[in-house]
Amino acid sequence: MIDLAQLQDQIKSKLSGIENQSELENTKSFFLGKKGLITLAFKGLGTLDPSIRKEQASKLNVIKSQLIDKLNMLQQEIASKEINKNLNTEKLDITLPAKKIIKGKIHPVSQVIDELTSIFSEIGFSVAEGPDIENEYNNFTALNTPEHHPARDMHDTFYLDKDKKTLLRTHTSPVQIRTMLKQKPPIKIIVPGRTYRCDSDMTHTPMFHQLEGLYLDKNINMGDLKGCLEYFLKRFFENDKLKMRLRPSHFPFTEPSAEVDISYKIDNNKIIVGEGDRWLEVLGCGMVHPNVLKNVKIDSNKFQGYAFGVGIDRLAMLKYGITDLRSFFEGDVRWIDHYGFDSNDVPTNYRGLSK
Amino acid sequence: MKFTQSWLTRHSKIKLPSEKISEALTNIGLEVESIIKPNKNLKNFKVAKIINISKHPNADKLKVCDVDIGKNKIKVVCGADNARKDLVTVFAPPGTIIPKNNLKLEVAKIRGVESFGMLCSESELNISNESSGIIELKNYKLGENFFKSEEDVFDISITPNRSDCLGVKGIARDLYASGYGKVLNNSKISLKFSSKKKTKVSIQKNSGCLQFGSLVIEGVKNCESPSWLKNHLRSIGLKPISAIVDITNFVMIDLNRPMHAYDLDKINKEIIVRKSKINEKFEALDDKEYTLPENSCLITDKSRILGLGGIIGGKFSSISEDTKDILLEAAAFDPISISRTSKKLSLITDAKYRFERGVDPFSIEEGLKLAAKLISQICGGKVGKISIIGKKNSIKTQIKYDPDFFQQKIGFNAPKKKQVEILNKLGFTIKKSGKYLNLQVPTWRPDISKPECITEEILRIIGLDKIPSNKPDAKKINETLNYHQKLFHLLQRSFATRGYKETISWTFTDSKLDKFFSNNIKKIENPISSDLDCLRSSNFTNLLIQLKNNIDRSYTNIPIFEIGPYFKEDYRQKIAATAIFSGNKTFSSWIEPDKEISIFDIKEDLFYILSDIGFDIENLYLKRSLKNYYHPGKSGEIYLNENSKDCLASFGEIHPLITKNIGINKFKPCGFEIYLDNIPAPKLSQRLSKQEFKKSNLQIVERDFAVIFDKNVTAQEIEKQIKNTNPSLIKSIDFFDLYEGENIDPKKKSLAIKVVFEPKNETLKDQEIEGFCNDIVSSFKSLGGSLRS
Repeated sequence: MIDLAQLQDQIKSKLSGIENQSELENTKSFFLGKKGLITLAFKGLGTLDPSIRKEQASKLNVIKSQLIDKLNMLQQEIASKEINKNLNTEKLDITLPAKKIIKGKIHPVSQVIDELTSIFSEIGFSVAEGPDIENEYNNFTALNTPEHHPARDMHDTFYLDKDKKTLLRTHTSPVQIRTMLKQKPPIKIIVPGRTYRCDSDMTHTPMFHQLEGLYLDKNINMGDLKGCLEYFLKRFFENDKLKMRLRPSHFPFTEPSAEVDISYKIDNNKIIVGEGDRWLEVLGCGMVHPNVLKNVKIDSNKFQGYAFGVGIDRLAMLKYGITDLRSFFEGDVRWIDHYGFDSNDVPTNYRGLSK
Repeated sequence: MKFTQSWLTRHSKIKLPSEKISEALTNIGLEVESIIKPNKNLKNFKVAKIINISKHPNADKLKVCDVDIGKNKIKVVCGADNARKDLVTVFAPPGTIIPKNNLKLEVAKIRGVESFGMLCSESELNISNESSGIIELKNYKLGENFFKSEEDVFDISITPNRSDCLGVKGIARDLYASGYGKVLNNSKISLKFSSKKKTKVSIQKNSGCLQFGSLVIEGVKNCESPSWLKNHLRSIGLKPISAIVDITNFVMIDLNRPMHAYDLDKINKEIIVRKSKINEKFEALDDKEYTLPENSCLITDKSRILGLGGIIGGKFSSISEDTKDILLEAAAFDPISISRTSKKLSLITDAKYRFERGVDPFSIEEGLKLAAKLISQICGGKVGKISIIGKKNSIKTQIKYDPDFFQQKIGFNAPKKKQVEILNKLGFTIKKSGKYLNLQVPTWRPDISKPECITEEILRIIGLDKIPSNKPDAKKINETLNYHQKLFHLLQRSFATRGYKETISWTFTDSKLDKFFSNNIKKIENPISSDLDCLRSSNFTNLLIQLKNNIDRSYTNIPIFEIGPYFKEDYRQKIAATAIFSGNKTFSSWIEPDKEISIFDIKEDLFYILSDIGFDIENLYLKRSLKNYYHPGKSGEIYLNENSKDCLASFGEIHPLITKNIGINKFKPCGFEIYLDNIPAPKLSQRLSKQEFKKSNLQIVERDFAVIFDKNVTAQEIEKQIKNTNPSLIKSIDFFDLYEGENIDPKKKSLAIKVVFEPKNETLKDQEIEGFCNDIVSSFKSLGGSLRS
């Protein structure tokens, strides 16, 4: 019969000498292997007198389970020691650069169109579109601007034929005509799009963007126009204090017509919209002219409404402090990186328009 | 349109600070662009007289002048040829800034003689280009200021409908209606007609002239205008010429009534107004000879063309210093005829500008009288009787107007009394008829024809600030965006997610580049410049130019994209989302070697984006691209399926010829585009078409094959054959190696293919798997492939 006290001493001394995994394995098999001391001791139990066998077995079991616990503990200690040892050799220069990010960008004009769409969608407008190539009738005549009308001279038009019948639209207003011809009132649309004028200097580019608005129903009056614009400008510039004024003006396709100014101030050579007491012209608007309605066969005694047009590029410049209009269309990636928007920065009503 | 307050007082009792007038004008729709403040420097220029003159001791061309400047006398060195004793001219003392060169005068020794100022030429004062001598003045007081305008000048922009305000009188009237000043009733001009002389005038049919008013003044002495007149003209930037010419200009600005004065002695017998024939020539007052377009309105006599009606007078019959008898013209012309002629000649004059917008035909008499009165006062002469021929513009616009209409259109109530008062002040004749007002529109307002115009008139005078601001309603008629608009938006965001930067480029481009993209150049008749002379046939044209510009700035490895219009042969507009990428896939890094972008990088991005917008990219069909702007061997087109005709997208390396032509030498740009018009709106939304997710815990099985095929067998064909062996079980097919070269027939390639089976109902047994693999191997054989041994 094995001497349990001696066994425990042996365990104690073996365990205290373990430094690494292989010593641990050796010790494990010395006691618990096929020919290990404890294994043999269990085998030897059968030869014992039944009166002491039971007690001896129970004591052996306690020793065995204590040994296994200790070995497991040692196992973990050794493992973490080994990992820690490796960690010290696996040191990297974490200041080395990762691969450079190539970040996609959304053009400010697209971003502003998304903002405007979000704003107007909240008050029930939907987006309508039309072609960039227009006929002279939709672009001018139907909009109460007959041939030789001086207002035509104010639009430096690109023509695509000698007879000046086909042209690049000078404003988004012909989409009013297209929409009213195919849809019965009520009509409530905004029309963002490219527009063209044969003009190029510091503040004009031959191509630019406009947003047209049209709301036609039974009782839409100029107060509704004013409310709509006030809502839109305050939301767009994210400033509830923004002041706005309407000034009488003239457009052939609206009567009465007005231009809209918003308040601003100059601070550190920067335009701050919504503050201050200077005025900046931002859009043109008015009540749809009865001649326009007549041209699309809508009875102006039954329906009336408003229309407005605003320069999208200019809105982008004002809101985001961009000074050079021409840079919008040059495709300089430095500019796009600087003024562009992240792909996931989608303007929404609930999140807010800008980050 | 420029004017001063003192000019305004000819028509209205008004005295207000400029800022107040400016605000009032802007509020009623006469937008003040600027108030030009008097230039204090100009006060320095004094009228002076040379009282003594001697030769400069050290310079032949210079003279030393004793100049009387009113209060005292000083010495000035002068080089002008016309400097002489008793000449009255303009003197600038030291400290003055000379307008022409912005230099400040100082006391200086000129070749040894001290000069205390300068005698000035017209060009030095920026009043003309005349630089051959110093100014010669008559009728000036010594020591007085040469520049009289010490007044603010208003510069207002007049909208095309408000021709009446191209005359100071109209501005005064508008201000009066809005409560500023009180208009003077000065249209009745008393004039003594003491001459019997008349010139016969006839207007031929369709001449473009509607009425021709004229009168003769005999025995005038044309002279320099008096200072009040010169000052009026100068204040608004017009150069005084001679009294008669100045007076016609004055009347034009004062009443919006263009006039013309002829030297009567140069007119052969009578005036005939007719339309022009082909190729008639005419020398105008601006010393240019014009070949006139057919059907222009001409003022002629028995032998020649005297003027281009309503646009410009002729040189031959123009007023000179020696003119004795004059014929004054005030006429009414057809605005369309004038507009057509001036556009063809690119000739813009003040008269043309006014006639095109509308000149009150009833102002003919007033204009003739005012001009004749001023001429006879300043230049003497006997005035003949006024003759006006042509049709009488008897039709005056009448409008039946309901004052309640105002509230209906504008959204607030304006009392009837107030409306009537405003219309009265604006010159409407009003007759009440029950609830309606019968309005006769003043003849100077050709723009007013409808009740809506009346609401505008009343509104602008009451003030647009009175319009209420109604809270917008949220009534929705249609969805905000339709499918293709959503697609446009989604694509933008998807491209950007993949690292592409959005640009917007011109819709027009350079035909020299566009010809690579289409055989049919869509020319613009009047391009802004020769390198933007046609509509683009592809978005690639301008993107390549932008790419090249970025490369020239040493910015490479940058993917850019644009979603926008391009045009087909018949000018049909299409929309493509187009991307271009050149240089390396990544920026130089220690992590991995540089790798130039290939069409497979582009294809990866394209498929990512197609998947983003809802395509099942596993089942799209690829064809080689026939588009001639791609490298023929390195480009492809994508279709919904094998039988589909509409190309959804294409990708490839840009054709090396194009790349070379544009000047990109170091890189091989690759691009792709998605044709939005060809992308069909799905019958069901993604939300509704999605099937239920079924989770499987069954073991998936992978099997690899190494197969040798002919080079021309495509991966797409192989994939299709494999898939067909067991469509429901095969989850994916991957090509994980491609080998061509040593140990292989040069016509062949070796492909390593991994096929993944995903059981649906029960775990696959070895035997079953072996069966499936045999099927796959047979499918290889059907394509001429064999397992690699």
